[in-house]
Amino acid sequence: MKLLDFLKRERNKESASVAKERLQIIVAHQRNQRGQPDYMPLLERELLEVIRRYVEVDDDAININLDSEDNCSVLELNVTLPRS
Amino acid sequence: MAKIIVVTSGKGGVGKTTSAAAVATGLALRGQKTVVMDFDVGLRNLDLVMGCERRVVYDLVNVIQGEAGLSQALIRDKRVDNLHIMPASQTRDKDALTMEGVGEVLDELNKQFDYIICDSPAGIERGAQLAMYYADEAIVVTNPEVSSVRDSDRILGLLSAKTRRAEQGEDPIKEHLLITRYNPNRVDQGDMLNLEDIREILSIDLIGLIPESEAVLRSSNQGVPVTHDDDSDAGQAYADAVSRLLGEDVPLRFHEYQKKSLLSRMFGGGRR
Repeated sequence: MKLLDFLKRERNKESASVAKERLQIIVAHQRNQRGQPDYMPLLERELLEVIRRYVEVDDDAININLDSEDNCSVLELNVTLPRS
Repeated sequence: MAKIIVVTSGKGGVGKTTSAAAVATGLALRGQKTVVMDFDVGLRNLDLVMGCERRVVYDLVNVIQGEAGLSQALIRDKRVDNLHIMPASQTRDKDALTMEGVGEVLDELNKQFDYIICDSPAGIERGAQLAMYYADEAIVVTNPEVSSVRDSDRILGLLSAKTRRAEQGEDPIKEHLLITRYNPNRVDQGDMLNLEDIREILSIDLIGLIPESEAVLRSSNQGVPVTHDDDSDAGQAYADAVSRLLGEDVPLRFHEYQKKSLLSRMFGGGRR
């Protein structure tokens, strides 16, 4: 019985920490998108499609960033290509 | 000059109205002239939680549209002298509230009160954005649960971008985290996010921690804000949060799991 309780506890321990890990990832992602124009997610997806016509890349192989400076914005695009 | 505080969360059902009512009551009990405003047009409930639903004659939309004066719409609280309630309209559609109209009403209230508490509707649409637009401080109500924490983060993004202070480049809105429905027992079992985790993820200051409590439902049943129930854990926790809002340094309570003694288990005593 005690052992069962212990095992159950161990499994439960995970549920709150799983929640924490998932939240840290999604919140970081959300914060990246803060202040970005609404078209960014679509732009990211379409860019990924174009790249995929030529090279097979993963969903998370693309990283897109919009930085605003004084009078212009810089669109930064990072794509990790698989080793050929 | 009044301090304008928005009570917001993104997600519905986390305790915005309960908290707005409890905090406003707490501030008034501490001698602050306080008005609590319902921004949830079409789904007003603050009047019920405050126990004045039968005394609503005019509402915020009537005032904005010039159909009633401010003093006609303000409802004086039955229990606390310094407290007034401004109900939302139940029948008009959401577009009845305008940015300019809300601004004018707040300007007028500014002259009469120390604190203006804005009870935001759920969501991130117009109503929620209107409720937060003129705020000086924000209380972000969060449950220890993934969807609530994520939505709170979204709201923090809006607070830092779509508000008067942000648009005019003034000092940013002061953001406070209010965790509600906290169950130390489940946290202890590893089944619920603990307050440190939530604070770390959202990275804002904790203004209060309200334990999950039977007193909350009991108080809304009766239309008496839970702050009046000063024997209850939730009532005391809200009073602590109010003290912190007023700048006092109050130690955190109700965040640790109290093992029940054999006696209280047998007789059902202990915390209410």
